[in-house]
This record gives sequence, C-alpha cells and structure tokens, in this order.
Amino acid sequence: MLLDSHTARAWYRQMRLIRVFEERAAQEYAKGHIGGFCHLYIGQEAVAVGAFAALQPQDHIITHYREHGHAIARGMDINGVMAELFGKATGVTGGRGGSMHLVDKDLHFWGGHAIVGGHLPIATGIAFGLKQQGGDGVVLCIFGDGASNIGMFHESLNLAAVWKLPVIFLCENNRYGMGTAVARASAVTNIRDKAQAYNIPGTDVDGQDPEAVYETMQNAVSHARAGKGPVLVEAETYRFVGHSMGDPERYRTKEERKEWQDHGDPINRFRRSLEERAIVTAEEFAGMDAEVDQQVEAAARFAHESPFPAGETLHRHIYVESAGGQP
Amino acid sequence: MPVMTYLEAIKDGIRHEMRRDPNVFVIGEDVGGYGGAFKVTQGLIDEFGEDRVMDTPLAETGFVGAAIGAAYMGFRPVVEMQFIDFIACAFNQITNMAAKSHYRWGQQCPLVIRGPSGGGVSGGPYHSQSPESYFVHTAGLKVVMPATAADAKGLIIASIRDNNPVIYLEHKFLYRRVKDDVPGGEFVVPLGKARLAREGRHISVITWGAMVHTALDAAGQLEKDGVSLEIIDLRSLVPWDKEMVLASVKKTGKVIVLHEAPHTGGFGGEVSSYITEHAFSWLDGPVRRISALDTPAPYSPPLEQAYLPQAHDIVRVSRELAAF
Repeated sequence: MLLDSHTARAWYRQMRLIRVFEERAAQEYAKGHIGGFCHLYIGQEAVAVGAFAALQPQDHIITHYREHGHAIARGMDINGVMAELFGKATGVTGGRGGSMHLVDKDLHFWGGHAIVGGHLPIATGIAFGLKQQGGDGVVLCIFGDGASNIGMFHESLNLAAVWKLPVIFLCENNRYGMGTAVARASAVTNIRDKAQAYNIPGTDVDGQDPEAVYETMQNAVSHARAGKGPVLVEAETYRFVGHSMGDPERYRTKEERKEWQDHGDPINRFRRSLEERAIVTAEEFAGMDAEVDQQVEAAARFAHESPFPAGETLHRHIYVESAGGQP
Repeated sequence: MPVMTYLEAIKDGIRHEMRRDPNVFVIGEDVGGYGGAFKVTQGLIDEFGEDRVMDTPLAETGFVGAAIGAAYMGFRPVVEMQFIDFIACAFNQITNMAAKSHYRWGQQCPLVIRGPSGGGVSGGPYHSQSPESYFVHTAGLKVVMPATAADAKGLIIASIRDNNPVIYLEHKFLYRRVKDDVPGGEFVVPLGKARLAREGRHISVITWGAMVHTALDAAGQLEKDGVSLEIIDLRSLVPWDKEMVLASVKKTGKVIVLHEAPHTGGFGGEVSSYITEHAFSWLDGPVRRISALDTPAPYSPPLEQAYLPQAHDIVRVSRELAAF
C-alpha cells in the first residue's frame, strides 16, 4: 500500500510508545510499584495500531485484559494509564480497575475485560444500541484465541449475525491461551473458520504488519458500516513476553520465541520497511524515539508522584443514587 | 381502582414505562408473538413492535450481555428469564459485568432482569428455585421480590426507573392466584421501603415474596390461640428496610425470619444477624428462621410440600417462641 510520511510516522510512534510504556511498566512491576496482575502486549503492537487506524471517532471499541496497547492506540492519556497501573487516585478509573480495566468513555473505549470472553455479548449490545440510534458507528470487539472456545464467543457471533449488527470481531491469535497452544484447546485451529458456523465472513491477516492489518480492517469496517452485519478477522501475532509477569514459559521453546523476535518484531519490521521505501528518515526516527522515551518517563514520574485514593472513597461509586429514564 | 392479577400488574407496569420512555424495551426468549412462557409480555408486541419487544435465541449469557451493552448506550432493557433458574447461565454477565460497571468507571447500567421464581407448582429442580441469595451477595445489584399485585406494578416501575441493575423476582405461584386493587397509570413503590402486611402484638415475621401469604395464613390460625403475628413484607432485599424491621422487633421482642429459599446462606441469616447486632437487648427469645430445606427443589408434590415452608411450620415455631 502507499503510505504517506505523516501516517507512517504516527503509526511508528504509536507502536514505539506502546512498547516503551510496557517495558517501563515491567520495570515498575519488578520494583513493586505495580501490583496484582500485569499482562504485556509486547510483540502484538501492529494489531492495535493498524486496526484502530481504520476506525473513526464515532466507532466503539471493547477489548480483553491485555489492553495497554489498545488504550494507547485509541489515544488515551498515558499518564492516567500509568497511574491506574500504580493504583493511584489520578488513574483513569481512580485506581479501582487497574491494568485490566482501562476505560475512556469520551473515546468510546469501553476498555479491558478480565473475564475472558465476557465482553463479547456486551459488544453486541453496544452495536444494537448504535443501530437503533441510527448512526453509522461500528463496534470493534477484540479478544484472544483462547476466548474463541468459550460459549460467549459463540452466542455473540450468532446474535450479531441474526440481528445483522455492525461488529468487527477481531481475534488476536498469539498462539497461546496463557500456556495452552491453540491446537490443544481448539478443534478448529484457524479461528477465522469459526465464522462459517454463523454465516459471516472470516478472514486472516499478518498481525505483525500494521499496513496489512489496516487494509484488512478497512474492508471489515466498510462491511459492517454498510449494514451488512458482523465480520470475524483473525490477526496472526505473537507475544514476545510471558502471559503475565511470573511466567516461566515452559509451553514454548526459546528458539520459537527468538525466531519471532528476530523476524517478526512489528516495530523493527515496519521501521526497516519505511527506511527502505524512504518514507521516514533516520533523523525522524531518532527524534520520535527520544520524544517517546521522554513521554514515558514523564508518565512514570506522574504515577509515582500521584496520591493513592483515600480510604473513605471505598464505598462510593457502587450504586447510582439518582433515578433515571424519561420524565 | 382496577382489580388485576399479579401477572397483569407486572405487564401493566412494563407497558406504562414503555409508553413513557422510548428507551425502555423488552427482550427475552419468546417474549414477542408467543407472549412469554407465562404470558407476562403477551400483547406488548402489538403496541410496541418487534424492535421494542425482542425475541432472542436461546442464549442467556448472550442476550443479558447484549442488554448490558444497550444499557451502556442509554437504553433501559427489561430482560425476561423464561424461568428464573436459567439466570444461572447469565451469572457472569450479571455479577461481573452489570454489577461492577458503575464502580469500575462510573458507567450506569439501568437494567431489569425479571422472571418467574419460586415453587409450589411441581416445577422440579430447574423450574422452582428462589435465587435471591446469589445476587444480594454482589455489591452493585438490587434485588426485588413483590408479594402483591399492587406491589408487582409499583416495584416493576421503580425497578425500570432505577439507574442500577435490578433483579426482579416475581413468583410464578402468585401469577394468577393473587388479585387485588392496583392503581391505574402512574404508580411507583420505592425500593427499600417495606410494607406492614399485618399489624400484630407478639411476634414479628420478616418475610418476602410468596411467603407473605403463607405467613398471613398462619397468622389467621394463630389468632384464635391468642398469638398475634406482625408481618413485614420486605418487598426488596437490596436495599432492605432495616428501620421498619427494628421498630417492629423492638415492639414485639420476638422474631421469625421466613423465606422460601433454602436455609444455609439464605438471606434470613443476614436479617437475623442484623437484628441480634442492633436489637439484642429487646429480644425475648432466639431469632428463628423458617425456610425451605437444604435440598434441591423436588418434583413430586408431597416431597415439594415437605421441602417448602408451610403455614403449620410457622404456627409451630410461633407457639414455641410464644412460650419464651
């Protein structure tokens, strides 16, 4: 595809921002500043950046728990995201959700969901709402290969197909549901083929190439936006780090991972391709890298300096106090 | 004032809200042309069309999740569970998604999930349960259990207008057996306000749902023995009217907590514990609990009779308590 320099730089910068942000998150986790469970997206950045480039502001996104990259690709403030990881009052949900529950309603980013597959039915409801309200927005619903085995996946694809809802179901197939390889968990190993059961289009794409992801997603979004119903897209990708922070990775070989890191790193690959095509210069890359490093440093500083939520806030937010509906 | 069955009153309340608010819609299995398994939604499709009375596939977790998504988008879905037992299929959506969205990011989720609960009709293990305890244990949900036709209407309206997810447990045994005066048009019974179903002097019976009627039956039998039951119908369990309960307990000094759900972990334990914590010095005897047995709901009629609390159980326990 013909990529202009402005777009190319924006995509590179976003992928790099996601990578550096998460490398910093890993360091902060190791030092005990981030608690609980922290799932990194390192290696999969091209999926988020390529896919989100095909969306418009009126579109909605709902996703899984490995979603730092999605939040950043949609344009969420990384200070608030880092502070949320730290459990601080300035976090995007005031420290109530943490790493797996980043949300920004203004960006129509419905956030991460930590019950695998639990958000797929909700995606159909958001799409139903959009359709009833008469706009042309679509819903991008992202999940992993593991989620394609849960009942909610099947109920949701069926509902979306029966009701012809504008949903793009995007499976990030990173080959392992935690430590279980796809072939050990799924009778159908090409996730895209599961679309056939619901009479909807299913397609796959190289998830390490943002341009390919973008093009495939453009087609999927056009299909949904035109009122033709849902689509299933399978992005083939790979997670370069463990499932979570304490994963010894006994389910895959070091050689396999190294092969992906050496030849399938989406950031290196994209950078090399842009250099070869003379779309972005070495100076421009250096400038962006320095900016990203500073931005992440500032986010970490913001998170460190922010206060923890006060204890008396614990009981707030559980119920809406006002009644609603039309007067 | 029009006389309606409990079932008609539920429908009247839903219809009233659908006329008032275009964002209210009904969704569930065969709620449209079929009118629902018990005919609660019968006729609504004729007035509101299939966009607002939506039939779904057999997929409880799918369509409850869809209703949650629609609620996020500003709609006010009223979801029917064909039998409330099937709500187990949607447990994750209700307790992990709907209940926590406002806590997690300030997202209101105005959603009603309603359906026929309770036994007494030989429904067997999967068509007879009273699942309120599963839901009162999850912060973020409200739980409503009407006992009269008027309350069935006033509480469904309040539930639809509530900006939180509400589990509205109607009782299938009462659908056509209970019939009373129900105000037409606008009629709201606020959640969290109990109803004094019977004024009495000696023993407070705290109950809800169909057991209100069983307690009234027992009260009639006990009256001739000179034992006077005061019966409080909680109407909603989250929130529940602690004030009215404590006032009654302080008056009578003796308490029975009565419910149709099984014993262990039942909401009666919570009410009982609250009373001993807050009114211990007013008590003249132990707080007694009467409930279903700790078994699945049996099909066979004599077994079901033995499983469910009966008026004679209340009479027996009341006599024991009266002796204190």
